[in-house]
Amino acid sequence: MAVTGLVFVAFVLLHMYGNLKALWGEESFNTYAEHLRTIGEPMLPYRGLLYVTEAVLVLSLVGHVYAAYTLWSRAGNARRTKYEAVKRASRTAWMRWGGTFLLLFLVWHLLQFSIVKFSVNSAKQGPDIQQNPYALLVASFQVPWNTLIYVLAMVALALHLSHGVFSASQTLGLTGTAAAYRRAKLVGHAVAAVVVIGFLLPPLAILFGIIK
Amino acid sequence: MNLTLKIWRQPGPRHRGSMQTYKVTDISEDMSFLEMLDILNEQLNAKGEEPIAFDSDCREGICGSCGLMISGKAHGPERTTTCQLHMRSFTDGEVITIEPWRANAFPVIKDLVVDRSAFDRIIQAGGYISVNTGSAPEANAAPVPKQHAERAFMAAECIGCGACVAACPNASAMLFMGAKVTHLSELPQGQPERDARVVSMVEQHDHEGFGGCTNVGACSQACPKGIPQDVISTLNKDLRTALRR
Amino acid sequence: MTDTINAGITHGLYTEGEPIADTKAPAGPIAQMWTTRRFEAALVNPANRRKLDVIIVGTGLAGGSAAATLGEAGYNVKSFCFQDSPRRAHSIAAQGGINAAKNYKEDGDSVYRLFYDTVKGGDYRSRETNVYRLAEVSANIIDQCVAQGVPFARDYGGLLDNRSFGGVQVSRTFYARGQTGQQLLIGAYQALERQVAAGTVTTYTRHEMLEIVVVDGRARGIIVRDLVTGEIETHLADAVVLASGGYGNVFFLSTNAMGSNVTASWRAHRKGAYMANPCFTQIHPTCIPVSGEHQSKLTLMSESLRNDGRIWVPKNREDCDKDPRDIPEEDRDYYLERIYPSYGNLVPRDIASRQAKNVCDEGRGVGPKVGDFRRGVYLDFADAIERLGKAAVSEKYGNLFDMYARITGEDPYTVPMRIYPAVHYVMGGLWVDYDLQSSIPGLFVAGEANYSDHGANRLGASALMQGLADGYFVLPNTIRDYLAKGPFEPLSADHPEVVAARRSVESRTERLLAINGERSVDSFHRELGQVMWEYCGMERSEEGLLKAIDLIRGLREEFWRNVRVLGAGDTLNQSLERAGRVADFLELGELMCIDALHRRESCGSHFRVESQTEDGEALRHDDEYAYVAAWESTGGDGFGELGTPVLHKEDLVYEAIQLKQRSYK
Ligand SMILES: Cc1cc2nc3c(=O)[nH]c(=O)nc-3n(C[C@H](O)[C@H](O)[C@H](O)COP(=O)(O)OP(=O)(O)OC[C@H]3O[C@@H](n4cnc5c(N)ncnc54)[C@H](O)[C@@H]3O)c2cc1C
Ligand code: HEM
Ligand code: SF4
Ligand code: FES
Repeated sequence: MAVTGLVFVAFVLLHMYGNLKALWGEESFNTYAEHLRTIGEPMLPYRGLLYVTEAVLVLSLVGHVYAAYTLWSRAGNARRTKYEAVKRASRTAWMRWGGTFLLLFLVWHLLQFSIVKFSVNSAKQGPDIQQNPYALLVASFQVPWNTLIYVLAMVALALHLSHGVFSASQTLGLTGTAAAYRRAKLVGHAVAAVVVIGFLLPPLAILFGIIK
Repeated sequence: MNLTLKIWRQPGPRHRGSMQTYKVTDISEDMSFLEMLDILNEQLNAKGEEPIAFDSDCREGICGSCGLMISGKAHGPERTTTCQLHMRSFTDGEVITIEPWRANAFPVIKDLVVDRSAFDRIIQAGGYISVNTGSAPEANAAPVPKQHAERAFMAAECIGCGACVAACPNASAMLFMGAKVTHLSELPQGQPERDARVVSMVEQHDHEGFGGCTNVGACSQACPKGIPQDVISTLNKDLRTALRR
Repeated sequence: MTDTINAGITHGLYTEGEPIADTKAPAGPIAQMWTTRRFEAALVNPANRRKLDVIIVGTGLAGGSAAATLGEAGYNVKSFCFQDSPRRAHSIAAQGGINAAKNYKEDGDSVYRLFYDTVKGGDYRSRETNVYRLAEVSANIIDQCVAQGVPFARDYGGLLDNRSFGGVQVSRTFYARGQTGQQLLIGAYQALERQVAAGTVTTYTRHEMLEIVVVDGRARGIIVRDLVTGEIETHLADAVVLASGGYGNVFFLSTNAMGSNVTASWRAHRKGAYMANPCFTQIHPTCIPVSGEHQSKLTLMSESLRNDGRIWVPKNREDCDKDPRDIPEEDRDYYLERIYPSYGNLVPRDIASRQAKNVCDEGRGVGPKVGDFRRGVYLDFADAIERLGKAAVSEKYGNLFDMYARITGEDPYTVPMRIYPAVHYVMGGLWVDYDLQSSIPGLFVAGEANYSDHGANRLGASALMQGLADGYFVLPNTIRDYLAKGPFEPLSADHPEVVAARRSVESRTERLLAINGERSVDSFHRELGQVMWEYCGMERSEEGLLKAIDLIRGLREEFWRNVRVLGAGDTLNQSLERAGRVADFLELGELMCIDALHRRESCGSHFRVESQTEDGEALRHDDEYAYVAAWESTGGDGFGELGTPVLHKEDLVYEAIQLKQRSYK
């Protein structure tokens, strides 16, 4: 759980860095997208590293979701009679329902930008948009409801990460002193904050017409 | 003050239980929570109803016998044991829900009394240092640096009450177990069995049907002794080291 | 004086039997005895040990350590406790510390000094030979516990730290903040669970011993009730050890855990085991005062607080309801420092308690009025906080201060604590010889349940020492000598004696459930406690004791007629458990009063108003009372009928130490 989660953290941070290139305009962003596919050439084939990365991510996702599912069902078995006095939603609930939402979001996100590459913007359709990552990005986020989905997803991601990063440090046994413990909590919140802000800048910039 | 109590009643381990409502009047602020229940029990006895079963012994916050889920909080609103909780923490007219610890590894025996023998079995799996009586070296032969001695002591303060399990959304006993592992791992005497101990304790923990830890921290917040979550990290580290060897 | 002894006898309260001639201590100089005894005790072939069954009732420091050690040796041990885990035995609550003659401080401590202090502290009413052995093995206890991982306090060099405790002038007390008992018990508990895993010990938790099985004059087993299912079970063995703790709860309000009781000892007593010095009860000076009538128990504030706190009351009665911080220095009476300049606040417990009672009786007590008097004195840390700083004080006593604040709602860092004496420990208990064997062969008694080492008053931090000495080092060696004679003839559950024992438990339970009277068990217990505290507490008089005996008899008669125990016998039934315990307390209370009545001297905790010096100190009569009073029961198994107890005297012989009138001035 911790290892796969941290793979995601690394990926998410890189991914965010890439997205931020959009703020520097079409060329910067598309060069970056192309660069991703050519890293390591000629030692690696075209898209080589990307294939590896994708494989790692898919495996991680499977592992992560499987582990989450196991923990969830173990918890269910460990307390079959629930308490009468209701408690407010706990961090576990954020993780579990937030994680599930993220999974659905991921499907949507991949369909939209990677597997099918379709545009939800009725005004901007056609192969020009689909073949040009930058154009697709701009087209998609000009649609408010789509942006809203991303905003919600990023909030969920932030909650997930702020606990997840700390939790992973605990699981890996890195927080065996009071100071390290506090540090891990802080890093969790920091990563979460960086990720939401970083990810949301381009979509919001597009929505509000700063990027066209 | 006057209070309404909703209390879990269950005649025996295999019976179904349900919440029952009772009223108590003229409760003094200086009473402990359990003394308030004593009064209720005297009333029930006078009316010919069977008193409510709950565990308590020392009533000083050290034996770990007592433990009730009070309005959704393990040991109630203060950081202390149920027996050391006083009625000044409640307000007149309040409705208080009282339930037993809920975990499948802690089956209910009757009313508010649960069976926590799973904890004993976790200790049996390795929560000790193997030294036969009479074979101990001179006590001051191995000095223990003060900070290690103190962390060991802090962890050894666990009273085995089970509030951590009761409060945990996963019903995991990692805090209890982490406390024991940390206590022994901090001391030079605990080193020889360090690896084997953590592995077999964790195995027993899972076997008893406790849930897996997701580092939520509800355990530590409920713990009357304030055992910090970092003992779980120490356990995880010891476990990883042990599994690698 | 003789006529008053006869007074007891003429009242028909007791008769006198044969004195106890032999305590089985080996001959020779006292310092050699234990070595001699261990050498002379027969050995048991390791292969035979598995075939020898030992029952141990109690998992406190004494029982837990004995079970672990006998398990390690390879005997087949069955361990019983009424709590849900062995770790919850009442020893867990001990706060202050454990003594040992390690002399790490180089302050002149030695085995001999610990021995001397203990005998003197006990006001010369303990048996020299046993106490010497206790001091001798004390150092081994610390080694053993440290090896088990007990986290004692340490200094910055990483070595073990010590503090001083009431009644002595050396620092020999090892401690783990205010949780020494907990840490020691967890050590013993872990050693015990290790043996459970090894298969040598079987634990029976939530099981209460209700009868002992004696066949052909030997203890051969016990009858227990499974508190969860209500089933009455028979367990047979080659030897039985009682380590069932003290009976301070006969006073209802005490610092003991709610469940502490006398049943195991009392059942053995009724089957022939002598009860020794039952009236010697320690009243601890530093407890949180009673706050109201709902109170279910009293809370001890560790005696270690007396190291830094100063005890006082106002000089003038008019000041008693003032804010203590407004009372100027010259209007305060630091009465212990005034009366006992050399020991000051560190005088032994019995003295500190009685003086607190005296100043309150004079009307100079503080806190809320209970009845006509304020029952409390100040324990003030203002000086210590000024001298050492708040941080240092909190480091030492933080958890105690927190506990005080939680219970009283007052902050002891700013307002002086209020304390008052409360029943805390019983020196009395089942009589044992040098081997810790009772007057029933095969029945051994360890820890607070036996009477052995503390005479008429126990010094602080010595009960933990005694419990562990008994369990780890003494009993395993002496019981071996007895077991070497076994395995005894196999016994079946159908043996008439076994059946009879079982039957008596069943009929008692049925009877308690059938009475269905008007009064709750607790109401009887509370009333008994009031009688005991009033007449058999800090001060005793002939008149009062005779009255108490009458009251107790009346109460006992009513109990068996009018108690109400609801619920069934075949489930967890806490009222039924309590009823059985209170029934036994109602009998014990009477014996305690008879014992107190017959001892017309003051010694240690036992203060007879008829026997005091001119300035009100306890006055012993060594010529007449330098003996242990061991009582034999003639009551049989009846419900509440006590019979007329028979007194057997064991003369106390002092060879290593000279008898002196105790002085802490
Ligand atoms: C609040 C407090 C603080 C103290 N502080 C100190 C201190 O600082 N230093 C010191 O030296 N001493 C101290 N003492 C005294 C000391 O703690 C006790 O005397 C000692 O721990 C007794 O140990 P034990 O093993 O004899 O019995 P306990 O620990 O009382 O154990 C009794 C055992 O017997 C079992 N039992 C009893 N009856 C039955 C039955 N009928 N059937 C089955 N099981 C039964 C119980 O379940 C329990 O396991 C303190 C005592 C109190 C009350
Ligand atoms: C795809 C859907 C996802 C689901 C269903 C999901 C679910 C979970 C669950 C249930 C946990 C529980 C463990 C806990 O409570 O600590 C968890 C932990 C974690 N998740 Fe996710 N998650 C998902 C996606 C992600 C993503 C995209 C990332 C990274 C950006 C991530 C990073 C983490 C981390 C670091 C942890 C902590 C691991 C640990 O404590 O061992 N997760 N996840
Ligand atoms: S860790 Fe805390 S909550 Fe858990 S059993 Fe120990 S004392 Fe109780
Ligand atoms: S009764 Fe002992 S901790 Fe509450």
